[in-house]
Formats: sequence, C-alpha cells, structure tokens
Amino acid sequence: MKGYLKLEDGSIFEGELISKNKKGYGEVVFTTGMTGYQEAITDPSYAGQIVVMTYPLIGNYGINKYDFESEKPHIRGFVVREYCDKPSNFQSEESLLSYLDKHNIPVLSGIDTRALTKKLRENGTMRGIITCNPDDDIEFDQTNLLEEVSTKRSYRIAGIGPKLAFIDLGTKKSILKMLNSVGFDIYVFPYNASYDDVMQINPDAIFLSNGPGDPKDAVDAIELTKHFIGMKPVLGICLGHQIIALALGCNTVKMKFGHRGANQPVKDLLTNKDYITSQNHGYAVEEESIDKDKITVTHINLNDGTVEGIMHKFLPVFSVQYHPEACPGPRDSTDIFDKFMDIVMVYKRRFYFAEV
Amino acid sequence: MPKYKDISKVLVIGSGPIIIGQAAEFDYSGTQACKSLKEEGVQVVLVNNNPATIMTDTDIADIVYIENPTVEVVEKIIAKERPDGILATLGGQTGLNLAVKLKEAGILDKYNVKLLGTSFESIKTAEDRELFKRKMQEIGEPVAESLTVTNVEDALKFAKNYGYPLIIRPAYTLGGTGGGIAHNDEELISIVDLGLKKSMVGEVLVEKSLYGWKEIEFEVMRDAADNCITICSMENFDPVGVHTGDSIVVAPAQTLSDYEYQMLRSASIKIIRALKIEGGCNIQFALDPQSHKYYVIEVNPRVSRSSALASKATGYPIAKVAAKIAIGLRLDEIKNPVTGKTTAFFEPALDYVVTKIPRWPFDKFYTTDRKIGTQMKATGEVMAIERSFEASLLKAVRSLEIKAYGLRLDSVRGMGTKEILEGISVPNDMRLFYIAEALRRDIDINYINDVTKIDKWFLNKLSNIVNMEKEIEENELSKEILKKAKRMGFSDREIATIKGIKEEDVRTLRKKYGIYPSYKMVDTCAAEFESVTQYIYSTYGEEDEVETHDIPKVIVIGSGPIRIGQGIEFDYCSVKALWALKEAGIKSIIINNNPETVSTDFDTGDRLYFEPITLEDVLNIYEKEKPLGVMVMFGGQTAINLTEELVKNGVKILGTSFKSIDISEDREKFSKLLKELNINQPKGGYALTVEDAKDIALKLGFPLLVRPSYVIGGQSMEKVNTLQELIDYVKHATEVSPGKPVLIDKYIDGREVEVDAVSDGECVLIPGIMEHIERTGVHSGDSFSIYPARNLTEREINTIIEYTEKISKALNIKGLINIQFAVKEGTVYVLEVNPRASRTVPIMSKATGVPMVKLAVEVALGKKLKELGYKGGLWPQTPYTVVKAPVFSMEKLTDVEVSLSPEMKSTGEIMGIDLSYEGALYKALEGAGLKIPKKGKILLSIAERDFQEAVSLVEKLQSLGYEIYATYRTGKYFSLMGIHANIMSLDHAIKLLKNGYFDAVVNTPTKGKKPDNAGFKLRRTAVEYRIPLFTSIDTIKAALNAVSKVNINGLSVLSMNEYQEIQKDNVKNLVL
Repeated sequence: MKGYLKLEDGSIFEGELISKNKKGYGEVVFTTGMTGYQEAITDPSYAGQIVVMTYPLIGNYGINKYDFESEKPHIRGFVVREYCDKPSNFQSEESLLSYLDKHNIPVLSGIDTRALTKKLRENGTMRGIITCNPDDDIEFDQTNLLEEVSTKRSYRIAGIGPKLAFIDLGTKKSILKMLNSVGFDIYVFPYNASYDDVMQINPDAIFLSNGPGDPKDAVDAIELTKHFIGMKPVLGICLGHQIIALALGCNTVKMKFGHRGANQPVKDLLTNKDYITSQNHGYAVEEESIDKDKITVTHINLNDGTVEGIMHKFLPVFSVQYHPEACPGPRDSTDIFDKFMDIVMVYKRRFYFAEV
Repeated sequence: MPKYKDISKVLVIGSGPIIIGQAAEFDYSGTQACKSLKEEGVQVVLVNNNPATIMTDTDIADIVYIENPTVEVVEKIIAKERPDGILATLGGQTGLNLAVKLKEAGILDKYNVKLLGTSFESIKTAEDRELFKRKMQEIGEPVAESLTVTNVEDALKFAKNYGYPLIIRPAYTLGGTGGGIAHNDEELISIVDLGLKKSMVGEVLVEKSLYGWKEIEFEVMRDAADNCITICSMENFDPVGVHTGDSIVVAPAQTLSDYEYQMLRSASIKIIRALKIEGGCNIQFALDPQSHKYYVIEVNPRVSRSSALASKATGYPIAKVAAKIAIGLRLDEIKNPVTGKTTAFFEPALDYVVTKIPRWPFDKFYTTDRKIGTQMKATGEVMAIERSFEASLLKAVRSLEIKAYGLRLDSVRGMGTKEILEGISVPNDMRLFYIAEALRRDIDINYINDVTKIDKWFLNKLSNIVNMEKEIEENELSKEILKKAKRMGFSDREIATIKGIKEEDVRTLRKKYGIYPSYKMVDTCAAEFESVTQYIYSTYGEEDEVETHDIPKVIVIGSGPIRIGQGIEFDYCSVKALWALKEAGIKSIIINNNPETVSTDFDTGDRLYFEPITLEDVLNIYEKEKPLGVMVMFGGQTAINLTEELVKNGVKILGTSFKSIDISEDREKFSKLLKELNINQPKGGYALTVEDAKDIALKLGFPLLVRPSYVIGGQSMEKVNTLQELIDYVKHATEVSPGKPVLIDKYIDGREVEVDAVSDGECVLIPGIMEHIERTGVHSGDSFSIYPARNLTEREINTIIEYTEKISKALNIKGLINIQFAVKEGTVYVLEVNPRASRTVPIMSKATGVPMVKLAVEVALGKKLKELGYKGGLWPQTPYTVVKAPVFSMEKLTDVEVSLSPEMKSTGEIMGIDLSYEGALYKALEGAGLKIPKKGKILLSIAERDFQEAVSLVEKLQSLGYEIYATYRTGKYFSLMGIHANIMSLDHAIKLLKNGYFDAVVNTPTKGKKPDNAGFKLRRTAVEYRIPLFTSIDTIKAALNAVSKVNINGLSVLSMNEYQEIQKDNVKNLVL
C-alpha cells in the first residue's frame, strides 16, 4: 500500500509501505554504506531512528545468522529506494523484510532516497514519521534510549587476560568480540552501573561502548567515568568516546547530519596515517572545548576536520569516535584493541610494582 | 609529503594503437595523467604512436612525440629530452612492458631517469606469475593451484596431477592473448603451444580452473606513505571463465554481504601493500558462491580498463590521482575534484547501479566463432547509470547500438527452444538475450543458474524485466503501467514494439501522463556532500536535481562504444568540439555512453550526460536543456543516423543540414547531384532483388563493389568478381535487411585518394590530400595512407580541389566533410562523401596544424572561415611526411579472415612521421608490425589473378637479395617465368612458419568466397605467430621501398612541437 515519510519541516516522501507495521516515529538519518544493512539495523546506536539507506538496492543478500550486532533491530523504521525480495547468498536464511516484520519494524520502499538525503544534508537531521496517512502528526517520544538498548543484568564473557569492566550503552556484539579476542576477561555492566557495582570486580580497565542518543543524557556513565579516569586505563568508542570527553570537561555538540557510513576518512595525527573507517554518530566532541594542555586530539575526520579521537596527555585514557571493530565497514583500524591491551598490561604491571 | 623536488620533467608512455584489450581507456588515463602532472608544475613529454588520441595533442602534454614506443626510439627521446622521471603505469601493458625493457637495457640508469610510481620490482612481482604466487603465499592470500611452465610436457604433467579444466595464461600479455580453458590433453597442448609463443618471456601459467565462481574486482590505490583506499568493487555478471573485458560488469558488487565485501576489501589492501604499488591497481578475485573461500586471480599493477570503468562508475579520477601519487603526493594532500572540498583519501559511495556491457565485433565478423572465454574479443564497451539494476542494464543494452532497445530480439525470439538452451550453455555475445528468451519460455531459473553459474540475483532481475514485458503486452498502457515500465528502464521504442504501435505514440502518451525523466548527479558520495561536477544520468519517478540555465549552450552527440569502423577518432573530434565551444564562450554539453573515453570525463565538457544515444534519450535532454542546437558531425555514424528523426522532432541541427546529409547518404540523390555538378563517379545502381542485381552486372561488367545502403565502416562491403559471388551476396544481404537496397558499383582499379575539408558553405579549406598505398578495393580504414600525396599530377590535384569545393558548396556544408576519390589514368572519380568528421580528422589536424574541429565548430555557430583567418583552397603542404598505418587485432579473433578487403577490419591506427617519406613509411610499418628485415626469407603464395603483378615484386625481392619461397602453384608460375623460388607445399610452409622460419609472408587470397582452407590457415598462422603478413601486393611493394631506401640512423626524432614549427615557417614562407 501507499506509504509516506513525513518530516518535521512538512515535506512528504511517497513510497510503498511493504511491512506489516505501517507506522513508526523517529529521528530520520541516512547512511551511505553500500553493504551491511543487517549489521546497521541491529546496531543499537540506531535506536530511536528511522534509517534511510542511500544505496538504492537493499536486501540483496538477505539475512544470515552470523551478522547480527545485537539481539534485534533497534531502528524505528527503514527507508529504501528498492527492496529486493529474492535474496541471493549462500548464508541467507530469510529475507530482510520477513526479519523486520518479525520485529514489527515499518519499511518504506520506493522512496527517492537521494532527494531525501539531500534534504537531510541541507536542513540537518529531522524527526519524521512513516505512515500510510500523510495527515498524521509526528510524535515526540520520550523513551530512555539507553535503558532500551543496554543490558538489563551484568554478565561475564570469560577471557584469560586482564579484567575489563565493560559499560554497555548499547554495544555492538563485534566490539565485545574484538575485546575478547585480544584476551580481555569481560564483565558487562548496564548503562547505569555505579562505581561500587563496577568496583566489586576490581577491574584492570574500563571500557565505554557505543550507543544511541545525546551523550549528555548518559549522566550515570559520565559520573562513573570521572571516577575511573586517572585510576584505571579507560577506552571508549563512539558514544563512549563522547562520554569520556564530557568526563574530561570537554563539550559535545549535535552535528548537522552526522557521519553514517563505511567510507569516512580519518587521519591519525600521531602516526600521520590515514584510515577509512566505519562511523555512526550524530554528535561530536567540540574541538574548541578541548583543553589542549591536558588532552591531545589524536584523530580527525579528513572530510570536515571534526574530532575523531582523543587521548589524555598524562593518563591512560583514550577514545575514538569511529568504529574500529567494523561490521559493517572496513577493518583497517582494528589494531586499537591491541593497543588498549598493551596499555592495560603496562598499567597492570605498574600497579603491581606499586603494590609491592 | 610534498611532490618530489628533483622531478620537474616527466616522460609519459602512451599505450599506442587501439587493439582489443587496450583501447581508448588509456587515452583517458593518459590525458588525465598529463593534465594532472602539469597542474603540479611538471613538464610532460609524451611518447605515443596513436595519432587519434587526445593525449597526443600538444595542448595536453608539453612535448609530444608520435613515435613507436621501441627501446631504440625512446632512448633517443630520453637522450634528447633528459626527463627526470618516467611514468609507465598509465600506458597499459605497452607502457609497462616498455618500462621493463628500458630498465633491463640499462637505459633508465644510464640517463638517470627515475621510474615513477610503482617500482620495477613491484611490477615484476605482479606480472611474473611465479613471483606473484610466491608473494601471495608469503602474505597468506590464496592463489589457485598453478604451475608456470616453459614447455608442453610440464603442462601435461600438471594436468595429470590436478585434472581438468585448466586455465592457461601466458605471462606478459594483454587481454588474455593466447590464453584459454583446456578440458583435455589435446586442447591443453594446442593452447600451451600458442601461449608460449605469445608470451614475451616464453612462459605460461597453467592453473586449476575456478570456472563458475563469482568474479569480483576491486580498484585499489596506495600512496608512498602507505595510505590505502579502495575506489570501487565490481561484480561480473558472467562468472569466472569469461574474461572480465568480455563480461557484463556491475558496480558496486551486488550479491556480497558486508562480511564478504570486507573480506575481499581487506585482502585487496593487504595485497597492494605487499606489492608496494604507488598508484592504482586492479585486483581480481574468484569467490566461491557456496562458501567464503576465495582466490586471488590476478593483479594489474597499473591503471587499466577496469580502472577507467571504476573512475566513470564512481566519479573518482583514478589516473589523475595516480599521477600525483607518482610524483610524491599523499592521497590526503590531493583535492577531491568532485566535491572541490574534501581530499582524495576517501572511498566513493554510490547511490545508483552501473552496468557495463562489452561491444563485440561479431556484427562485422558474422562468420566467426561468437563464443567468449578467457581471451578478450570485445573492441569496446558501454556503461549505463540508473537507480535500479534493471534500468541500468536496459540503458546499457540500448547504448550498444546493436538494434536492441530492450531484451527482446526478433532473431532470438524466432529460435527453437533447443537453440535457446544451447545459446545459454556456452558463454557468447548474445547470451543475455538467450537467457531473457528462456525466461520468457518459463525455463526454470534454477536450471539457468545451474548451466550458466550466473547468480540468481541477476537472473531474478532479468525475470523482472521479462515479466514487465508481459505486463505491458497484456494490459492497456495506463499511466500506472507506463510509469512502472519507465521506472524499470524500458525505452519508449521497446514499449511501442511490444504494443505494436509507434515510438512517437508512446512518447505522446507518456507526456500526456506527465511522465518525464528526471536527472541526477554522480557525486562520489551518495549526496552526503554538495558536489560541483556536472556529471548527470537520468531516471524516472524521482526528483530532478539538475538545474538548467538560460544561457547559450550546444549539445554535442558522442560516438558511443568503440567498434570497428567507429573508433577513438570520433571521440577525439567530440572532445575537440567541446573545447572549441568553451573557447567560443558557449556552454558545451556532451551525450555519450562510452566509459573508456576522454569525452566522458566529467570535466571535458561543461556538462556530461552519461546516457544512451537514441532518439528518446537525446530528445529528452534537448527538451530539458533547450540548447542553441545539436552538433551531429563529430560523433561518427551514431550521431548522423539520428539526424533525420531529430529534425522531424523539431531539433535544430548546427552545421550541415539534414537535407544535405540525406543527399550524401542517399545513393540516388547523391548520384543525381554528382551528375548535375558534372563530376565523375563509378557507374552503378541498386538492387532489391537478385534479378535486379543480375541486370546491373550485365550492364556494368565485373568486378563490382557491392554493399548495403547506409553503411558504417564498409559493413559487409565486398568486391565480387563473378556472377555467382554477386548472387550469393545479394541473397544474403536481402535476407539480413529485407527491403533495403544493395548498392552495386563498378569497381575502379585505381589509386585511392582521400580529402578532409572544412567548409562554411562559400569557402572550402582543404588541409591536405591523402593518398592510399593500397589501390581501391581495400577499405580506407585498412589502408596505409600518405600525406602529402606523392603520385598525383597537378591536374589531378586541381580536379580533386575543384570537386571538393563544388560538392561542399552544392551541399552547403557547414563544418567538416570527407570525400574519397579514385584516380585512374588521369580521371578522378568520387567514391563517397561523408558530411561529417571522419576517421582521418585527428591525423590531418596533427599533420597539417589546421585546427579542423575548432574551425568546424565556429563555422557551425555561424562564423565564416575568412573571419577566422583562413582562406579556401589547399593548405600549404608540409615538408615532412605522415603515414597512417592500420592496426588489427586479429590475434584475438580466431577464425576471422585477415586479408584486406572493402570491409574494414582494423581496430586502430598508428602514425609514422619523418622528414623523409621512406622514414615515415618505415616507422608506420614498424608500428603496424609489418617491418621486414633488409635480408631474409619471404614466403609467397599468390592468387592466380595476381600472378602477373607478382612477377615485378619477385624481381624486386630478388634484386634486394631476399630468399624466395613459394607454394606449389605460385612457384610453378614463377619458374615458368624463369624466376627461381624454393617450392614447397602449403602445409609444409605453415609448419615452417610456426617455427619462425620466414621473415614475412605475402599471400593474396584466391577469390570465390568459398572456404579457402589452406590459404586461410596460412594467413591465420602468420597473424597468430606475429609474422608480417601482406595480403596486398601494393603494401609489400611500398614496404620494400621503405626498407631498402631508409637510412635507419637518419630517422628524425622530432617532437610534434618541432614539426609544427617547421610547418609554421613553411606556411609563412609560402604566404610571403
């Protein structure tokens, strides 16, 4: 049936509602990744958002059981130019639509996604509604996104290395997998874990995951991070990066339309090397707010110069805005997990000597 | 890292003539590279013997040598110019091979020339199969089980161990020359034997076949600081087993999950790092459709056809960036010219689907084997951009100009199902249409997938197209249906054919419903950033984001895919026309669909519409842009053929009017005109039936030249000597295109002369007169031609000038005109008139220094030649000589008759230029692979009718000290004439030929069009073993002249800049 995407500014895009669920609200964002829709829709960072794919043919390789980034899709709606109902890939278990239908996600197909993307680029990210009635109003929902996507209970992913307190703000499975594969003994905590909760395991290091929404809403995590800075090595990715920056006294700002895709060029200012990275963020650390006496900007985006990574000059704290774990996207910068392990080991030894 | 400080002058090697496997894409990459280096303040010296290229214009490179890229010549150029560096990775395999030879000969070191970009060692590693295999094993990238062999026995041993099928690839060749798939010992022996002879180093690789796996390509770039990006992934519609140049290719890859995509992307980056490539490279993978197992098939350590395609598919200018990397810049120091803001370090994101379809020469060689495989056979390709695969494919199909406007071909639809299934089972040029027909006949997709190994994703899409056909057929053309069909890419014409109505009816209906195309931009970033380019494609049912402005602008129609008869020359003309428009202060718009060319570089014109060149597509753009008019004279027959319909639809043609075009193309009207002007022409007539033909033959007498009306490149033109031949020909022709007359002319056995002129309707400027070495009856595109003409009397020259002026004025030519003459015993006949740019415009512009295209554009815009500073008449002739030689790709096309005839067969051309006539001819022969040694063994096998003429040739050969060998009949005749020749059987001669015993072969084919097996085999063997073969006595005579008289050490090594200075002085002196 005919369906519409209506934006805050009143503009309406007409297409076909092909899903069972015919309605969804959210912040409308676009991603330029040409592959990786399965990873994207199950990436909890997209919670609360209607995702627009700029690549026009979506669903080509179906859904397989290996490439989920979490238990279920967290998007509020999915907008494509053309949906492929006959996937072709040896791993495909079901079609994209059947999967999204199972989880009640509205899917709008036949949309001029390029025109929509240009609108979002020019006007900035807007709220919108997928509906079969263009007269419907766009609702503002007040869901606590972190609560929605974070783990409800603590759990452990055993490893033979140092103990890592992992604050789950809506993590992608790949991050856990990468950290575990470099040897961390991971204890996953919910987004609102307190200092005492975490100290129960006496971790060797703290990690802050990716996640949805405005970093300033993650008040518990910011507080927690403040406690650990200077005490334990701390690493953050994406939302985790923004939280570390806030904990260090920097500011974050909402970007016009964010960075979402698998082709974001990043320069490592320490090594003068460039990487293509996977990204998914709508907020960024404000460059002017960084205290350059204490904090070094380690990475910048080559397209717009925004901050992509920071490091404390004296303390074992660093973070990156992009997704080194890839999935979807390029695997060019996975060595950051090794680097984290190295740092943790160094500090572990130091603490050991200090205690002795 | 800024550019290297010690590099201020760079030698760029071009790729030479257009041959199968190495086409216009290297003019595109070379031109980009030259411009890119100049931007960085580097002086560019270029060597390329292909005069039809844009890059050999002195406004692209600073100093241009149109010389053969041999070690000897290039050493002289290096000694003269003393460049600091040499850039060899942008001139195809030719450039790469030359660089290797220069290095090995110690010349680069001797003159302290730095090899820029990828290092010598890296080139070696990527090109040498064994080194490459070892390197891949070292970094843990899988390569298929294989063995490099230098003899047939080892290949057989390998086969015993690993079984069949096996792929055979010779080392250091291009387009897979000499490769193939062997299914048994017999095939293995013959392919390996040939491959060993083709390889520059006498090695071939025998490899386990991965037939049926997915073939995926990545274009990768790396700078000297080790920063790497992938530009584009491409997926071959045809799985492994079909050369990627002969495959339908889509970008980006469609059936890969992110995991698979990233797996291959990571492997690509690992490989480019391991090979330490500085610049661009192409990596091909075979991916198992049933697992994540993959193999690296090959790496091209240079820009390639695929990189040209990737550049056009994404908007990312690979060659331009590669050139900058070669002189030391980092990717993040190079600006992205598309956005104008970001850097070259990024990966393009596409929001459309690109489809490339090869253009094969089988319409010309209709008797040949149409199978495709590991050896490339396509001469060119088309590309299309749309928002869905179906629409992208359909656009590409109609860009091919094979009279297909969709997937329905009458010839295929008339076949039996058995034939269709056979057509599917073996890869061939028509397979796409066979598959569509099979789907129409409800053949199961699983079955097709099983037989073809083409991914079901593609087959399902074809099925969508076929279903849409049915929907159109079975329903009223409602707004809904029409909208759906247009969105899926159906052309008005295809819809009309399905409904049995006229194309214009569909167009009218479509407009009534308000269904118009909308236009989108290619911006490298899927709209994430604003872009400054004007690179545009059409789609339906979406927002039109392309604004038009009310300013003076002109549309130039390009020439579509490269094919025999319509080559890069027409792209040269289109590009020059765009530049001339810019200079005249008019916005230039180009419509073209050939991804290999300079004209489809987004900054060549002010606006590029990457679209099919059909009436519908051109009209749509015309109606959107509302230009001053359309120029059809530069895009070869493609553009000319559209003129009538365009004019009928109210399009304004700039330049020569349609009426004049029609007169010159219409046999009867043209004949009448010549009669009125009192100009000689061969007597002739036309026949609609065999009976007509007989009557005409009776009147004119044999030999006759026969051809269908409205031709390009002398398609199917033949010389017939007997009534039976004539009957056979007319029968076939009327079958192929019923209702279309066959033209029959008296054959004039004379000298052929050609003229290109610029006319404003009153004043006619003739830059020069060219004379062909071969007499009439050999297609002008396949002849050696000499400028200035040498064997014409003053009276003949004056007649030629007079005729040219008369015809140009009578036709009110406003722009370019090409006239072909035959001169016999002092009489000048007009054979043909083309009221458009011809194949020889680039070479004549370069030879004479007259900017022909620019003048033509100005004239078409309303200027007079006088205002432009030119007078009419013949331009002062140059004190140096230019010889154009045809270049063939016969090695790649098995089973094709190679002898010269009225039907054009060459794919490219080269130019020899020298202060002396012999020198120019010698250079041309060398460039064309027809250089014969001063002494040696010549094999003659002559047709009876040429015996008499051959006598003088043999006497000459003898007097020059050649050893003469002859086949039985030829030898017998010679001994009758008292000439000694070593006589042998044809079979024995072929055997000796294979062993490299002869230095040249002279063979004139016996006529009769009956399968001439032995002679055919002789000619094919000579071609395949690269022995100079002469099928016209005229050519060998000229060659002997050149070889015997030329002073090899006295050949001039002058740049085109120097020649132009010489000519400038010459013109000045003559005027004073």
